[in-house]
Amino acid sequence: MIWPGKMLKQVLGSIFKKPATTRYPFHKKELDMPDRFRGKLLFHPEMCIGCKMCMRDCPANAITIRKIADKEFEADIDLGKCIYCAQCVDICPKKALEATKKFELASLVRGKLKITFKAEPK
Amino acid sequence: MRKVVIPIGPQHPALKEPESFSVTLSGERIMAFSARLGYNHRGIEKACEDRSYTQNVYLTERICGICSHAHSTAFVQAVEEIAGIKIPDRASYIRTIISELERIHSHLLWLGVAGHEIGFDTLLMYTWRDREIVMDILAQITGNRVNYGMNTIGGVRRDISEEQKKNILKAMDKLEERTLYYITVATSERTVIERLSGVGLLPHDDAVRLGAVGPTARASGVDRDTRRDDPYAAYDRIKFKVITDAHCDVYGRTLVRVGELMEAYKIIRQALKDMPEGPISVKAPRKIPAGEAVSRYEAPRGEDLHYVKSNGTEKPERVKVRAPTLANIQTVAKMLEDRQLADLPIVIAAIDPCFSCTDRMTIIKRAGSRKHGAMAWDELRAHGINWYKNKGIDFSELNEKLKKANKV
Amino acid sequence: MLASLISIFIFPGFMFLVVAGLAGQFIDRKIYARLQNRIGPPWYQPAADFIKLAAKEDIVPDEANPGMFKAMPIFALTAITTSILYIPLWRDTALYTFKGDLVVVLYLLTIPTLTFFLGGWYSTSLYSKIGAVRALTQLFAYEVPLLMSILAPGLLANTWSLSGISQFYASHPWYWLVNIPGFAISLITLLGKLEKVPFDIPEAETEIVAGTFTEYSGRLMAMFKLAIDMEAIAAASLLAAVYLPFGLSFNPVIGFVIYLLKVLFIITAMSLLRTLFARLRIDQMMSFCWKYLAPLAFVQIVLNLTLKGFILR
Repeated sequence: MIWPGKMLKQVLGSIFKKPATTRYPFHKKELDMPDRFRGKLLFHPEMCIGCKMCMRDCPANAITIRKIADKEFEADIDLGKCIYCAQCVDICPKKALEATKKFELASLVRGKLKITFKAEPK
Repeated sequence: MRKVVIPIGPQHPALKEPESFSVTLSGERIMAFSARLGYNHRGIEKACEDRSYTQNVYLTERICGICSHAHSTAFVQAVEEIAGIKIPDRASYIRTIISELERIHSHLLWLGVAGHEIGFDTLLMYTWRDREIVMDILAQITGNRVNYGMNTIGGVRRDISEEQKKNILKAMDKLEERTLYYITVATSERTVIERLSGVGLLPHDDAVRLGAVGPTARASGVDRDTRRDDPYAAYDRIKFKVITDAHCDVYGRTLVRVGELMEAYKIIRQALKDMPEGPISVKAPRKIPAGEAVSRYEAPRGEDLHYVKSNGTEKPERVKVRAPTLANIQTVAKMLEDRQLADLPIVIAAIDPCFSCTDRMTIIKRAGSRKHGAMAWDELRAHGINWYKNKGIDFSELNEKLKKANKV
Repeated sequence: MLASLISIFIFPGFMFLVVAGLAGQFIDRKIYARLQNRIGPPWYQPAADFIKLAAKEDIVPDEANPGMFKAMPIFALTAITTSILYIPLWRDTALYTFKGDLVVVLYLLTIPTLTFFLGGWYSTSLYSKIGAVRALTQLFAYEVPLLMSILAPGLLANTWSLSGISQFYASHPWYWLVNIPGFAISLITLLGKLEKVPFDIPEAETEIVAGTFTEYSGRLMAMFKLAIDMEAIAAASLLAAVYLPFGLSFNPVIGFVIYLLKVLFIITAMSLLRTLFARLRIDQMMSFCWKYLAPLAFVQIVLNLTLKGFILR
């Protein structure tokens, strides 16, 4: 006769182990993202040459590059549309886009999700 | 006792995704069962026609969260076959490693869900805690826990560094130890055996006739695995066993999935050892020449089929996806014959349903008329057989051969 | 008069049961979580759940019978409050006692299950009806072993009154060790009465949504949940009075602490059992209870009867 309760030892041992869950958002320090994490995008306007390859390859049409003046470009990124695939980061010939580790991007107002990276005044 | 028809779904705590089943009950016995699909239809096949191939890599990835690498790789393989691109060896090994890691995470998730469906929440918590190890590894290699974004046409996007190799090997050891523990729990915990044995019986001949794929079929003794029968990526250079079982019930499916977990650890270790140095991708053209290709992939749930037709431009002309759950859902009606209502959640969970993968649509346009029509299943089957007969391929001989082969 | 009102409504009556019930639910959930390697809810979680539910709107389905639908939770609460008055908590006599009150307490504790059945039946929803029928089927399975094993110590003590049983065991120490098998059987069947895994079949979340409670919401749901918690405390007190009748002759404060420890022990044992098993099907539960538990309870009764023969000799 097979007795039930096979997990007894494991289950009782868990009382003495540290819990596997974290009390987010009270304890945030344990959540360190790995280096390759694809979070919020960062645009460096001084390196952009305006080729618009990122706009062509974005699966969600989330990034728009605008020309302000000669060799000065601005980027509008819609954080709501972006799917954080980092295809634009890979395809940019001048490495003007970078994926940061920020992931807490929720907002109560939809307008706040559209961010603009302004060109530096020369 | 009077017969009562109760709806399971579209919203129900037993289902993780919406699908509508109507069950005719008499007391607690199930008299009839019918399924109605389509609640998760998002128009992905049409959306693929409006986007370029690079954008489609990410779109096909999001057909499903759990088997995302499966859909993305199957699509990319089809496109590479049309364009005649051969990817570097290192890229095919990396694709194999990621696909086995995905299989591990999917099967651990399934163990937890099966535990939850039979009311055994402790198993759910423990397996999902150990699944976090795999998710952390995947996040380190690819940058995300699901929807990895590893594939690109011509290879993969990210490389595996030496330190990540060491982390993967450490994680494999830890997971192997935990999986052995779950094998003992699943095979010798009395209440689990009581709930899983004898439930959801699918005899071998019915599995072949209804077209079951993946672990659902392998647990009925059908020896089919796309990784061995039609190798892709680096599977032709790696030795592994195909796990089959003769129990034909949910218990057998559990054993098959846990066995596949153990095989996955071996495959990853072999792949990491044999992985050659070299580039990880080749440059692919933006315009793919005209052609069509079918690519098959063994997703964690079964055989996944992608058909791509290109016409020389940057966007594909037609993409068709046949997910494994579509093949398996026919078997649920057979499995539930004469069972109790309490068995329904675990039987549906045992085929590992992923309705996001499944819901696609085919439009029938008869030649010469402008209206769209609908075809019943028998009509479609007869149409297919006739079409092949006109081309000179007669399936009746093949059917005889199959029957004889199965009897032996 | 005032004293009896205070004892019925405040202590050890209704208010005490409410506070103890909420604390018992917290301990149960915290231990369940720790055994699963999780953190678990904070101490105010059951009270917060109750307040949240009570603040929501109660929706009565159109086809339901509104009178019966709304009355069922109140019956459940009343039955449980009445039962605690006859159970000796920290002394060897209860607040009120009469001959045969053990049987009355057992029947009072069966009333909540009947209210679950009637509440589910009068909801007229498919899921509620299936859950209600399952609750009654489960009643047939566990009731017989439970009754037999709780009545066994009474047979040894030669009285059907709870206070009488406590007095008998207080004067004959160490006789309660004979009843240990009965204690084990009662603990298992108590899981069935309180509808916890592996016997939470009437409320199986993954099969029939919420069983009998599917149509309940708002204040009525809050009352039902509170009734389940209070039933846990009352049934644990009953088990403590019948099977663990030691430490009853100290002064009230220490006696009360001992009583709390006994209830804590029983609740912890139930949480541990809840963690280890999967849910059984209704036919498996029937065969388990009738094939294994009922014969064991019968053996316990025979044991007690032979021992009684020796004492009287």
